[in-house]
Amino acid sequence: MSSADVLAHTRDWSLGDAADQDSPFGGLSAFVQKSGKSQHLELHVSGAKCAGCLAKIEKSVGALDGVSEARLNLSTGKFNVTWQGPLPASDIAETVSGLGYGVSAAAETDADEVQRKEERELLLAMGVAAFAAANIMLLSVSVWAGAGEMGSNTKQIMHAISGVIALPAVAFSGRPFFRSAWSVLKRGRANMDVPISLAIILAFTVSVVETIRGGEHAYFDAAAMLIFFLLIGRFLEARVRRRACSAANDLAGMSSRAVTRIDCDGNAIKVNPGVVAPGDTILLAQGERAVVDMALNDEFCELDESLVTGESAPHLLSKGMRIYAGAVNLSGPVQAKALSRASDSLLADIGRMLDAGEQRRSAYRKIADKAVALYVPFVHSAAALTFIGWMLAGAGFRESILIAVSTLIITCPCALALAAPVAHVVAAGKLFQLGIFLKSGDALERFASVDRIVLDKTGTLSLGVPQLSDATDERTISDAALLARSSRHPLSRAISDAAGSGPVASNVQEIPGCGLEATIDGVLWRLGSGRWIGVDSGDTHTRNLYLQRGDETPVALEFADRLIPGTEDAIRQLEKAGYETEILSGDTNERVSEVARELGVSRYTSAASPRDKAAHLEVLREQGHKVLMVGDGLNDAGALSLAHASVTPGTAIDISQAASDAVYSGGITSLPVLLKLARRTRSVMLENFTFAALYNLVAIPIAVTGHATPLVAALAMSFSSVAVSLNAIRLAAFSEGK
Amino acid sequence: MSGILFLIPIALFMGLLGLGAFIWAVRSGQFDDPIGSANRILIDEDEPL
Repeated sequence: MSSADVLAHTRDWSLGDAADQDSPFGGLSAFVQKSGKSQHLELHVSGAKCAGCLAKIEKSVGALDGVSEARLNLSTGKFNVTWQGPLPASDIAETVSGLGYGVSAAAETDADEVQRKEERELLLAMGVAAFAAANIMLLSVSVWAGAGEMGSNTKQIMHAISGVIALPAVAFSGRPFFRSAWSVLKRGRANMDVPISLAIILAFTVSVVETIRGGEHAYFDAAAMLIFFLLIGRFLEARVRRRACSAANDLAGMSSRAVTRIDCDGNAIKVNPGVVAPGDTILLAQGERAVVDMALNDEFCELDESLVTGESAPHLLSKGMRIYAGAVNLSGPVQAKALSRASDSLLADIGRMLDAGEQRRSAYRKIADKAVALYVPFVHSAAALTFIGWMLAGAGFRESILIAVSTLIITCPCALALAAPVAHVVAAGKLFQLGIFLKSGDALERFASVDRIVLDKTGTLSLGVPQLSDATDERTISDAALLARSSRHPLSRAISDAAGSGPVASNVQEIPGCGLEATIDGVLWRLGSGRWIGVDSGDTHTRNLYLQRGDETPVALEFADRLIPGTEDAIRQLEKAGYETEILSGDTNERVSEVARELGVSRYTSAASPRDKAAHLEVLREQGHKVLMVGDGLNDAGALSLAHASVTPGTAIDISQAASDAVYSGGITSLPVLLKLARRTRSVMLENFTFAALYNLVAIPIAVTGHATPLVAALAMSFSSVAVSLNAIRLAAFSEGK
Repeated sequence: MSGILFLIPIALFMGLLGLGAFIWAVRSGQFDDPIGSANRILIDEDEPL
């Protein structure tokens, strides 16, 4: 079930309550910032993709009373609203939600702010470096073109002006590299920024000395160009990374709703979930979501546990059974005894799993990191040997150091630094066109190495919303719809969906946990569970409904969870491409095996709890599998973050979306394309790294023998960077058929 | 030859003007939402007559 659906259900059931707190957006007022008379709110809107969405959202909210500014950032999904007057914050969220978009409060975290600043700083640095590189190049070209004709004084003036331009550029634009290099050097390690910083600083220093002495060559142009090319790669990386939002924050938002506790003297008070202790009596209203695990005190209760277990059908509980945090109460208000603190609940468990997954991901070694580990010692020893070699050959200190520095400059990893980011950006753009939103660039590398695909059932393979099976006859449907149209229960909705619009019986009584009844033409009609009607179904999962018209024998209405169109085809394509597929679901064995048979998937696990799912992924990891997890529910969030790579449908709850590497729209039909493009991207990146290595094999002999003049260095660096970028752009021509 | 004495400063000055414009654009947030900016030109603000 999608988050929008859940929100919609919750709202429908709480319509009777006037209290703002019972609205799903009631908590929003805490996020409003006040300054003077005006109020400001930042929301996170999901689902907006085009100019139409943008105009619709901004116009509708802008038309609300007192709103002075409503601006949606389509790149980040952040929606800023400023208004004056008494307009409640929940109205703004309701308006956006009413247009069909997902909406949640966007608490500006420190991490967001840091990323935004980082991106701006990189952009500014890039602008300054571009200015310096272009202007120094103008002067350098005249020096190269005037070789033999230009007087040495003029040349010295040209070099001096270049140096004056280069100084602020190196000092300002080089900071991202210097900072990163210094931070790893302090810990006694090296990354790609170490050789970069060294090359930039040495190139600049040597050039200053050469200019003062009136020497032949100055490498100011090389230093500025190096920084410019490298900053392009850095900026592209930052932009891809920025939209990934923190999973833990979303989870915190979910569990921060108030809980109704019944005191010993029978009074109901709203309390913070944090103070609920085991043994407390909790009142769970109709449509309310449980935030702690608890045991039912009342006789019966019907729950929507789809977020927790992935089960599509409502679950009927009897006295003493466990209500898991995350479940939504479908029947009337019930009382239950808290079994744990909010911090020990399933929600909190999943939060811890997410943290563990994020830590593990950050430890993943990217292809680029491996390339750097090989590159750094090789290039530095080459430069050092060049210096020693020329000294021994009697070239003198000044000439030896000049040649050694030119070796460092010409081998500087421009191509290496651009190889991965350009490929990532092009692939991410291509995937976006195909309806797949990628959260991080290095996820593509992990997608490319996947060998086993683990799929959740509800909401991933199947629609996750009960549908009336085809076997039911027309008359039963239209009769049942007479009663069902007046109810919001998921099964009633399925009936009215199947019947279409039509008449509604008057005076329909809804008996929570049982069914509906009404008197039609003097006869009592009942539509409800087998237990209530008097047909023993022997199943606590209220899968079937029965319709009884007066004294007639009850007629059964069966419900099924249909597969998303195209799923079968996608599974076949994946199997053909050599991936092992597997279904891992929290649903009952009967239904999972049914789906597995239908799809031709031989491996499946049913009735898996969120912890089972995470444990199953650990087992697969130990067996050496690289698992791609596909799932949508809260119950999958832990597994999604622990898997080698993960994707989630766009209908999934925010937490699952945050926990996974990519979000797709539509069914899993886009999965084969995603994996194919990921493999293609990886091979393009490997080509790029191979090219960078070959380039160095050619460039090092030229530099070591002392032939790397500034002109040669400028040509070689530009050529390698452009070649690598053009190779990556080939990915844009990727089409699904190939 | 004396031409470069004022041509180079003019070229640098114009370059700096461009850089200044770029810095102003970044600072005022014009690069914060490239997707949104690309889409906003498609929104037709005018009411039909």
